[in-house]
Amino acid sequence: MTPKKLVLMERPIILECRNVWKLYGANSDTYLQRHDGVPTAEALRQANIVTAVRQADVTVRKGEIFVIMGLSGSGKSTLVRCLSRLIEPSAGEIRFEGRDLLKMSDQELIELRRHKLGMVFQHFALLPHLTVLENAAFPLEVQGVDRKTRIERAMQVIELVGLQGRENRYPHQLSGGQQQRVGIARSLVVEPDLWFLDEPFSALDPLIRREMQDEFLRLQARLQKTIVFITHDFDEAIRLADHIAVMQDGVIVQTATPEELVLRPATEYVAEFTRHIPKAKVVRLGTVARHLQSAEFAGDLAASSRIADVADQIEAAAKPFRVLDDAGIAVGEVDGRIIIDILIGRDLAP
Amino acid sequence: MKRLRLNGLMLWIGLFAITIGLSVSSKALVQLTGWTWLAKYPQGLQLNLDRFLSAALKWLLEDAALGSFQFRDITRLISATVEAPYAVLRDLIVNGFAIGQGQTAIPILQPMGWLPIILGFGVLAYRLGGPKLAAIVVASFAYLLLFGLWQSAMVTLVSVAVAVPLGVAGGVFLGIAAFKLRWVELALRPFLDLMQTVPVFAYLVPILFLFGFGPTSALVATMIYAMPPMVRITTRGLQAVSPEIVEAGKMAGCTPRQLLWKVQLPAARTMVMVGVNQVIMLTLNMVIIASMIGAGGLGYDVLTALRKLDVGRGVEAGFGIVFLAIALDRLSQALATQGPTEPAVGSWMRRNRTFFAYLAIVVASYPLAKLIPALAAFPAELQLSTGGFWAAVVSWINVNLYDQIEAVKVAVLVYVLVPVKVFLLGIPWAWGLVLSFVIPAWIGGWRLGVMGLVFAAFIATSGLWPQAMITLYLCGVSVVIAMLIGVPLGILAGQNERAHTVLTWVIDTLQTLPTFVYLIPVVMLFRVGDFSAMIAVVMYAVVPAIRYAAVGIRGVDSQIVEAGIVSGCTPRQLIWKIKLPQAMPTILLGLNQTIMFALSMLVITALVGTRDLGQEVYIALTKANAGKGIVAGLAVAFIAIMSDRLTNAAVKGRSTTGVSDV
Ligand SMILES: Nc1ncnc2c1ncn2[C@@H]1O[C@H](COP(=O)(O)OP(=O)(O)O)[C@@H](O)[C@H]1O
Ligand SMILES: [Mg+2]
Repeated sequence: MTPKKLVLMERPIILECRNVWKLYGANSDTYLQRHDGVPTAEALRQANIVTAVRQADVTVRKGEIFVIMGLSGSGKSTLVRCLSRLIEPSAGEIRFEGRDLLKMSDQELIELRRHKLGMVFQHFALLPHLTVLENAAFPLEVQGVDRKTRIERAMQVIELVGLQGRENRYPHQLSGGQQQRVGIARSLVVEPDLWFLDEPFSALDPLIRREMQDEFLRLQARLQKTIVFITHDFDEAIRLADHIAVMQDGVIVQTATPEELVLRPATEYVAEFTRHIPKAKVVRLGTVARHLQSAEFAGDLAASSRIADVADQIEAAAKPFRVLDDAGIAVGEVDGRIIIDILIGRDLAP
Repeated sequence: MKRLRLNGLMLWIGLFAITIGLSVSSKALVQLTGWTWLAKYPQGLQLNLDRFLSAALKWLLEDAALGSFQFRDITRLISATVEAPYAVLRDLIVNGFAIGQGQTAIPILQPMGWLPIILGFGVLAYRLGGPKLAAIVVASFAYLLLFGLWQSAMVTLVSVAVAVPLGVAGGVFLGIAAFKLRWVELALRPFLDLMQTVPVFAYLVPILFLFGFGPTSALVATMIYAMPPMVRITTRGLQAVSPEIVEAGKMAGCTPRQLLWKVQLPAARTMVMVGVNQVIMLTLNMVIIASMIGAGGLGYDVLTALRKLDVGRGVEAGFGIVFLAIALDRLSQALATQGPTEPAVGSWMRRNRTFFAYLAIVVASYPLAKLIPALAAFPAELQLSTGGFWAAVVSWINVNLYDQIEAVKVAVLVYVLVPVKVFLLGIPWAWGLVLSFVIPAWIGGWRLGVMGLVFAAFIATSGLWPQAMITLYLCGVSVVIAMLIGVPLGILAGQNERAHTVLTWVIDTLQTLPTFVYLIPVVMLFRVGDFSAMIAVVMYAVVPAIRYAAVGIRGVDSQIVEAGIVSGCTPRQLIWKIKLPQAMPTILLGLNQTIMFALSMLVITALVGTRDLGQEVYIALTKANAGKGIVAGLAVAFIAIMSDRLTNAAVKGRSTTGVSDV
């Protein structure tokens, strides 16, 4: 196990959901109670019920980026809206910081959203009649924060997303990328503990999307938020995620780190996604290192470095490299053969 | 499938043949058998619903009470709400303020002069739409001033200025209620449907009865008339707000109230402003018509001119209405399409400096008007009149083109109008009842058939059968002609960019004109009668026929057209085999709207002497017979509702068979 993962596993759980269902259709709300147990997908279809989310389990830990990935229509948006209770789940249990989210009163929910949650939307969802500044300050306005404080705080987040100088524009005067920056600024202005992003970059052109991803990672390095990030783009998921949950037809088919997903896809469906991903760009040295057995080394490499970044170095050397974790302790060694195994996709020894 | 269609065709032919046979032979049949009830619905079987309604309204007005709270208090409350702002505005702009009444009144403030009013509208127009809009608006007001229509126009404008905010506020309020509460929506829907089809005069009758002759009645009628679209548009606008924006509001921690006022309504504002534009135009239309129950203003000028056949004055006042309508329409459209552009910077005073400057000018204009009387009342010697000119034009036409016009008129009457009229009037009412069930049932299922039967029975038992037949005949002929003119024009506009630009401008302008205006040229040229009514109805109803055909043709998927071109269609084949079939559902919707437009205009043509249901309403209006007015109004509404359902059912049937054919 990589050191980073170890650290992650020890972090406190922020959001946890168990056995969450969301059904659409006539009498769908009571369907599960009436048919106790777990109805098959076939039975639900017979009853003319759309199963948007089925038996979803999610655990999100503090400071991680948890990505939910799946094709369009697989239930990602529905799941994330259940997690923020924009949609009432048909069944299941959701805990936020240990509190039962589904038992909260409307008032508690409003308080929670005002101070602890933020959300970014696929189509930006900016208020057309407000300027950039007013949009960013909107959550504070709703809370009744005084004008001066609210403008100050909004200016801070606007600078954070790089829109200073445009604060008096209206949304329709901005490009898509800029509009989404406003959406991000708005969701950050209350300094949320948990940050939802529903396909935030999907509506943008590929080049802008890439730029926004970089920017997003930079932002996260600074803010260290806990993030639930939705995407249908597997490359994006791999780039950003600490953990990925892959959804198919409302079901989470696998939850794993990007490396595990690439190296050990649980189903044919997941494998289909990972097939075209160059493994060397995902897999880290710590994952593939074998036990220390050599006496001499060409040098030391960090366990967290990705194979693609150090492949040239390893191949050029005659001797293996020692692999060190964050604390500087040797966790194994790698040589050219391992690299080649990865590159040609030969099965790795577990 | 084929067989079913064949059967359908046979049924139509059979029904038509029987109907013609009965229609032609009914007179002879009556003579032969002596059964007069065959041709005329027996008086003894009439339900006298109108008398019952009149009595009910009378009771409501005079005796209805809940404890110490009387129904009359409601009407008084409404009167007061409407009257107070009306009185203030009218004094400010038209009469001037005074202490005391009548002869002993001591004037304390003269009416606002014309200069600050024109200036105010000019500046507003400039800010909303730049120099072009300002020029249009100033020119329109200058026309009113130069042609001595200022006083009347200001009375009309004051009515509009009072009715619009009240109508908008009421509409938005009900629209929100319908959006939030499902039962309100369900309760409102039949009312809104009915209101859209009840002819305008029919509103006037009970309101006249409840509020008496005068501006209050006119304003109340105007508000009720203009509100339904606002309700609908508000509800639809709120429903159309993107769910993401609503979710964004919720995630920001909005309470339900904040969500409505800070998120949903502002996000729906473009649509709401479209509603405001509609309210303004409907209000103007109704304020003109309501001159019949005491609204005064430009409508009254036209009405008196029409009655006196004063050609010049009628045309002038008519143009006054047209210019006022165009100015108000363009202004409110500019308001509606205006997105926020300038960021709000600077202090409150600074941001509103134009307004303060304007206020200063208004204040200064009072002493100035004392010094220069021409500013208070535009001097009569500077006023123009083209009245003589118009009278000359019309009399020239009547002298020199009399034969030609008369020839056309007679030909249309003899070969189209009269035969259709005789045919429809000849149908025995009993067979009419049968048809009113069979035809809707065949097109839209037995429920629709029952509805048709109930409506027809209502008309027959109210003793309005002949009037309803005349309504059907005038409406039917006008709609056919409007479609024959409108659809080809629409197709042209759908294919040709330049034709589209020109036609759009023309129909946009036609549509802003209050219905009343259409009567002026018609009466001048063709005098009164069915032919005049038909021309007015066609002019008014051709607008949707053109618009929908153009929209339909332009909306045809360009890939399908390209596929047609690639497979070698000639331009003619392209239209007949590809574009028209694709555009057909939209064109049928246009037919639906054409019928609705035709009916609403037809009722107004009662003023030029038709003998249809509209005339019944008009007579009821002049006699303040509320029951009769309501019954005849409902009869028109039922015809409108039925044709709406029938065309919709036909569109549906078409699109489903279309799919199964593919
Ligand atoms: N309000 C709704 N009513 C009925 N079905 C819905 C509704 N919302 C979503 N669905 C269905 O649930 C499934 C999942 O939708 P969604 O969560 O939006 O997918 P994703 O975000 O992954 O594209 C889809 O099949 C969709 O049709
Ligand atoms: Mg989605």
